[in-house]
Amino acid sequence: MGLVEAIIISIIAASTPLLLAAAGELIVERSGVLNLGVEGMMIMGAACGFAGAYLTGSTFVGALFGIAAGMALSFIFAVLTLGLAVNQVAAGLALTILGIGLSGLIGAGFVGEKIMPAPQLYLPVLTGIPLVGRILFGQNAFIYFSIALVIGIWWFLYRTRGGLILRAVGDSHTSAHALGYPVLKIRLLAVLFGGGCAGLAGAFLPLAYTPFFIPGMTAGRGWIALALVVFSSWLPGRLVAGAYLFGAVSILQLHAQAFGLGIPSQLMTALPYLATVIVLVIISRARGAAGSVAPASLGTVFVPDR
Amino acid sequence: MQLVLEKRAERSTFIALASPVLAIALTLVTMSIFFLLLGKNPVTALYVYFIEPLTDSYTLMEIAVKASPLVMIAIGLSLCYLANVWNIGAEGQFLIGAVTGSWLAVVTNGTGAGPWVLPAMLVMGALGGALWAMIPALCKTRFGANEILTSLMLVYVADLILDYLVRGPWRDPKGMNFPTTASFDPVATVPVIMDGGRLHAGVIITLALVVVVAVMLGRSIKGFEIRVVGAAPRAARFAGFSSEKLVVFTFAVSGALAGLAGIIEVAGPVGVLQPGISPGYGFTAIIVAFLGRLNPIGILVAGLFLALTFIGGEGAQISMKVPLDLTKVFQGMLLFYVLACDSLILYRIRLVTAKPKAA
Repeated sequence: MGLVEAIIISIIAASTPLLLAAAGELIVERSGVLNLGVEGMMIMGAACGFAGAYLTGSTFVGALFGIAAGMALSFIFAVLTLGLAVNQVAAGLALTILGIGLSGLIGAGFVGEKIMPAPQLYLPVLTGIPLVGRILFGQNAFIYFSIALVIGIWWFLYRTRGGLILRAVGDSHTSAHALGYPVLKIRLLAVLFGGGCAGLAGAFLPLAYTPFFIPGMTAGRGWIALALVVFSSWLPGRLVAGAYLFGAVSILQLHAQAFGLGIPSQLMTALPYLATVIVLVIISRARGAAGSVAPASLGTVFVPDR
Repeated sequence: MQLVLEKRAERSTFIALASPVLAIALTLVTMSIFFLLLGKNPVTALYVYFIEPLTDSYTLMEIAVKASPLVMIAIGLSLCYLANVWNIGAEGQFLIGAVTGSWLAVVTNGTGAGPWVLPAMLVMGALGGALWAMIPALCKTRFGANEILTSLMLVYVADLILDYLVRGPWRDPKGMNFPTTASFDPVATVPVIMDGGRLHAGVIITLALVVVVAVMLGRSIKGFEIRVVGAAPRAARFAGFSSEKLVVFTFAVSGALAGLAGIIEVAGPVGVLQPGISPGYGFTAIIVAFLGRLNPIGILVAGLFLALTFIGGEGAQISMKVPLDLTKVFQGMLLFYVLACDSLILYRIRLVTAKPKAA
């Protein structure tokens, strides 16, 4: 396997958790809810996903555990923000703090254990094609699923009635409510979906990326996923581009460190975080003239009056 | 039948006072369930967590030492949150304050510099924290970039800067390759104010700040401006208050306080600059700010309470083999309960029976 091929494969692997988590959050934000707890749901997904895979020996069960953990946390968030009209920013922060603590508790017994990484697809002939074979036909299921998920989300948002309703709820909950749509129920479903995606994204890390669990292994990926949603202007297509761009930055800095260019390794490690800040500034600035493209009701509390 | 949320005609003052107490009570109940699940006696565990630290003068002082940075950071954050500005990067501002303040301690180390060093370090720490906080503030006011994400991202960067300095240029040449600076000189150290513990003069600074901010919020035009911009942005615009200037102001103040807390922590209880100087003070301070109702006096009480959970958690880890992460779980849970209970200040929950279907 050539170096270029290896780098591309590792970029795809590094981008996938970002893409999965951001895709879920995109749906949440399109429904008008800002869930800042992605980092907490991801790390819980990682801990529970690893626990599930370790105990049953099955990557698939591990992934389901991860999804369930993310959904469970997002349900707490939904009860607070939708049921009790709590400030979404504060509730999201609480979710992250809780998730980091709980994952440490659950994962403590599994630190140092190893599992079999998720199996990779192998198609005779096709996987063997030079250069593109491994990249297109030799990946694990998470990676194909992440691409399918984004296509599915695009199709749902722009080609189905449900997607139209979801966008309506996110743009004006009062109008959607007046038309008779159950705003809070729709938002609940969106939040749960986002939680499941974040949990799966977290589970990807110990199940397919590194075959073990370390506390805090998400290392801010949840926050980067949130920034990606802003970067994408809430459009699924741009989300893919953004996720792969960030994946590329985080992998290329590793290779630059290996070359030993005399740059402090800490500066290279800081690159993905600095890139997030810079990208946010550029995107927000470019948008300044055109006006905001965020869902109009994003982050605002809705209490239906009867 | 269905439970629905209904807006109260007036905010309930009673619940505003009762809500933190109720939240703590609910947290204690949930903690007991956790202890039962872990096979520990909940009564003993709660005793170790919340009562035992209060029975010993050393741990009492430790509570004050832990509460001091929490309260100092949370007071700054409360100004931001009151103005609806979301600085969640206090952890990074804390670390940068520790770094910029330590710079003086490092360059004057062993030079026999006078007693001006410590005050200058504190000023440098506050300035460093404020400047670090200016990055998200200006990104927001100039370009409209979301301050939640930028301030949080800069926490990771701050952590790496500190790591680079203590492993590289600032490493103690006599430190056996450990990533730490040389121990600070006595003139660069916050003095201890009581024998038999680590209680230091920084605690007095924190108490003074509580008073200053309480007066400023309640009695000054700036305090009024902060509250109006946060509660009624439209009214604030008509009153001629600039929300952009307020973003810069609240970020600067909260950054300065976090930076000051950082340098006091390094020059006080820790005594050297090294990685891991903060057990997440910047994030726990967010809980302190909300538990204290974004009010300086409330924050003082809340800070002492959360410091108690830190000390109690360490005690429980040693004597009962309870994992340390449990403390973080409780802190997160406490914030959830506070937010949920706070909702009852503005709303009431009503049981609604389904309307009979039209025939």
